[in-house]
Amino acid sequence: MQNEKVITVNKLTKKFGDFTAVDHISFDVFKGEIFGFLGANGAGKTTAMRMLCGLLFPSSGEATVAGYDVYKENEKIKKSIGYMSQKFSLYEDLTVKENMQFYGGIYHMTEKYIKEKTATILKQLHLEKEGNLLVKSLPLGWKQKLAFAVSIFHEPGIVFLDEPTGGVDPVTRREFWNMIYEASDRGTTIFVTTHYMDEAEYCNRVTIMVDGRIDALDTPSNLKKNYNASSMDEVFLILARKAVRAAD
Amino acid sequence: MKQFIAFIRKEFYHIWRDKRTMFILLGMPIVQIIIFGFALTNEVKNSKIAILDSSKDEATMSLSSELEASRYFELEKNLVTYDQVLEEFHKGKIKMAVIFPPSFSEDLQHFNKAQIQLIADAADPNTANQLVNYATAIIKDYQNRITNNRKLPYTIDTEFRMLYNPQLKGAFNFVPGVMAMVLLLVCTMMTAITIVKEKELGTMEIILVSPMRPQLVVFAKAIPYLLLSTINIASILLLSVFVLEVPINGSLFLLVFESILFILVSLSLGLLISARAESQQTAMFISLIALFLPTVMLSGFMFPIENMPLPLRIISNIIPAKWYYHIVKSVMIKGVGLSSIWKETIILGGMMTFFLTVAIKRFKIRLA
Amino acid sequence: MKTLKFLLRKEFRQIFRDPAIIRLILIMPVIQLMVLPWAADYEIKNIKLAVVDQDHSEYSRKLINKVTSSGYFLLTDYTSSYEHSLEKVELDKADLILQIPAHFEKDIVKENEAKLFMALNAINGVNANLGSAYLRTIIQDFNREIRTEWIQFPRFSPETQIEVTESNWFNPLMNYKYFMVPGILVILLTMVGTNLTAINIVKEKEIGTIEQINVTPIKKHHFILGKLIPFWLIGLVVLTIGLFISRVAYGIIPAGSFLTIYLFAAVYLFAVLGLGLLISTYSVNQQQATLLSFFLMMIFILLGGLYTSIDSMPEWAKWITRFNPVSYFIEVMRMVVLKGSGIADIKKHFMIMGGFAVVLNTWAILNYRKRS
Repeated sequence: MQNEKVITVNKLTKKFGDFTAVDHISFDVFKGEIFGFLGANGAGKTTAMRMLCGLLFPSSGEATVAGYDVYKENEKIKKSIGYMSQKFSLYEDLTVKENMQFYGGIYHMTEKYIKEKTATILKQLHLEKEGNLLVKSLPLGWKQKLAFAVSIFHEPGIVFLDEPTGGVDPVTRREFWNMIYEASDRGTTIFVTTHYMDEAEYCNRVTIMVDGRIDALDTPSNLKKNYNASSMDEVFLILARKAVRAAD
Repeated sequence: MKQFIAFIRKEFYHIWRDKRTMFILLGMPIVQIIIFGFALTNEVKNSKIAILDSSKDEATMSLSSELEASRYFELEKNLVTYDQVLEEFHKGKIKMAVIFPPSFSEDLQHFNKAQIQLIADAADPNTANQLVNYATAIIKDYQNRITNNRKLPYTIDTEFRMLYNPQLKGAFNFVPGVMAMVLLLVCTMMTAITIVKEKELGTMEIILVSPMRPQLVVFAKAIPYLLLSTINIASILLLSVFVLEVPINGSLFLLVFESILFILVSLSLGLLISARAESQQTAMFISLIALFLPTVMLSGFMFPIENMPLPLRIISNIIPAKWYYHIVKSVMIKGVGLSSIWKETIILGGMMTFFLTVAIKRFKIRLA
Repeated sequence: MKTLKFLLRKEFRQIFRDPAIIRLILIMPVIQLMVLPWAADYEIKNIKLAVVDQDHSEYSRKLINKVTSSGYFLLTDYTSSYEHSLEKVELDKADLILQIPAHFEKDIVKENEAKLFMALNAINGVNANLGSAYLRTIIQDFNREIRTEWIQFPRFSPETQIEVTESNWFNPLMNYKYFMVPGILVILLTMVGTNLTAINIVKEKEIGTIEQINVTPIKKHHFILGKLIPFWLIGLVVLTIGLFISRVAYGIIPAGSFLTIYLFAAVYLFAVLGLGLLISTYSVNQQQATLLSFFLMMIFILLGGLYTSIDSMPEWAKWITRFNPVSYFIEVMRMVVLKGSGIADIKKHFMIMGGFAVVLNTWAILNYRKRS
């Protein structure tokens, strides 16, 4: 699986005025891998991700996602990706099924297909009974799982997850990662930001961002070996100590 | 107390950060008072008229030119046939048609009596009424002049004095009205929406678990708006005195005091709305759409309250802007003191107390 | 097209999920239309009159009698001190003072000429003007009566008389409601439409769902249309309710055709909804959107020609009204409802409103950015 590049990033930079949020980062992501994007708050993870998703114009550098250029072909990129934002991304005043129907519809799926798919997903999540409840009435953990299910509803090749497990209990986090593995097994590339270091261990490869730059990029085991650390937590602390920029 | 100040400071930061909102909040009254102060007048001026003169003699010509020369009328078109009258009205341009019959000068010479027909577009009855009055007055003047200035016996002369507003400027009436509207709606809207926003975002709960008393939390949200509105009062008053030349005849202190009281009423109303509304949208609907027209129409600055049918005269009493408009008019323009407006002041005070009590009660129920 | 269907379904669901809003949208215009038009009456009656009678003669009594029995005036004060009645004006107990000076009767009879004084509260210029005009007419009548009492006019009047006959077209009974009800309906429609859309996109921005929309391949104009169409339909429903109330409660039957009204309203709604969307795309939060739309609403409504005449405004303010969609619809309503104007008569209004709709919506679409 280490052959096909689905995301290529070369010296990608984003400046907000004098502030360089993302500073000449370069990396490649291969098809089907779980790519972890780690960093303290304010390190530039979300900004980098938003550029790749076509939500933000880069200041300089190059990047392609699914073979499309982020400058010019951002609408084409959008057809091949899924995205789950930090902020809650489902409509609270719609029911679970209605949300799925809506997002499925946006990606031009047929009503019949949406219906079948919705039923399958709800079954997988053991939420058959909750299908007709308003999203706002559900607990946070369920909402997050649903949001993920919705972000891969249209079966995108790549899915971007921005701190998907924030505020979720350990059990639900575990379940969430099982969903990620399943998606990955089906060939979906997962691009995930997180600041939970235990989650970093679940990734195939991990980058650690410090002050807008990529300080390390490797598999978790190699990273631990290189930094002579017993856990990813330790690796992160070693790198993060170098940070000048205050976390917000 | 320290906590309270900390909260107020937090609210100020919120507002201060949102520069655009601040800019609109402080700039809006300035723009509005200038636009409305100059543009609004109940008087009807420069109305377009059409003249159908089938006589075309000296008398009709000079009457036409006198109508044209007055500030009330502007000649849009000279008509040739009677059918054109309806046509012009349908196009919506003209507000009145003046029709001289073909025999106008003949009648005047031979019988000392002639007729003029005025056709007004009564789709707007107010304008129609005024236009007919003005035209009649011009015609009567002309008639008196051609009566050779003969002094008739037993004449009663009437002298007029226009009190307070000798130039009949619209601003004298509309400045107090616009002040009432802007203060009421801005304060009510802003308070209602900020509080409901915290409810919507769930941040309200975070604040409520703090050791602060919930009432204080709510007050703290309103206080920055009190301050901003006081700045607005200052800018409105400065503009009306120096730009619109509407004087402050009474005590400035009293005027400011009453304005702050009115702001407090509006803020309390905002609190009350926020206690009921579940979404910002609902809050906006109640505080803007539901309040806007009643305030325009029932506070007395557009339509005299005396003219309204009894049920509406009663309803108008619950419009806070009615009382404030009355106070501003009295203090600012008539120059009276507290002794003449104590009743209105008490009513505003009562409204504030009522809104606050109900709002706090609602908040308590919700939090219990 | 299929995307649009899903968008519309979602918007409708969200609208109907908030019963508070639906109730407000439907009930509020009904209440306001039932109540407010009754307030709108410029016709002057019950002018509060204070009489300062310093003559106490038969003539002064006769004059006062004549004035009070006219129906325009309400005698609220009767004294012989001008200062006293001035105080009444200050207290708002009187708006007009009629002063009959001492020797009034004597002066008429002996000196052939007498004077009366009138003082008016001129804060509201129209009230002052009309009140004085009525009073002057009454005094002139009174004068004529006295004259006929004392002299026999020659058979042939020496006074030249130009008779003015007036007719009030389109609304012969001078019913203010025919004028106000359609106008208020336009204003309600505008407020509901603009505010609903103004808050809508901003709301998605605030909650964060717009992000999710922005990473989808959705077309901008689809998204905007999805927002527009539901509110456009709601607007037409409000219009229908309003026209129904005008018919039932006020007996207003348009002289022109309903079709003209609906056609114009259809274009008009696109324009004001576009305005709302534009506000929405420029605002970061709902508070800002509310404030902006309040600012614009106030200008549009007060300068819309319903409350004060546009002709009387200074030139620069007339220019503002040319960019005020409300003023066009109010004029169209007045023309169609009262004068029976047809589509041909309001061709220009149609074109201008169409222009507004295209410009505002295009602007909103261009200003809505999926990527910052």
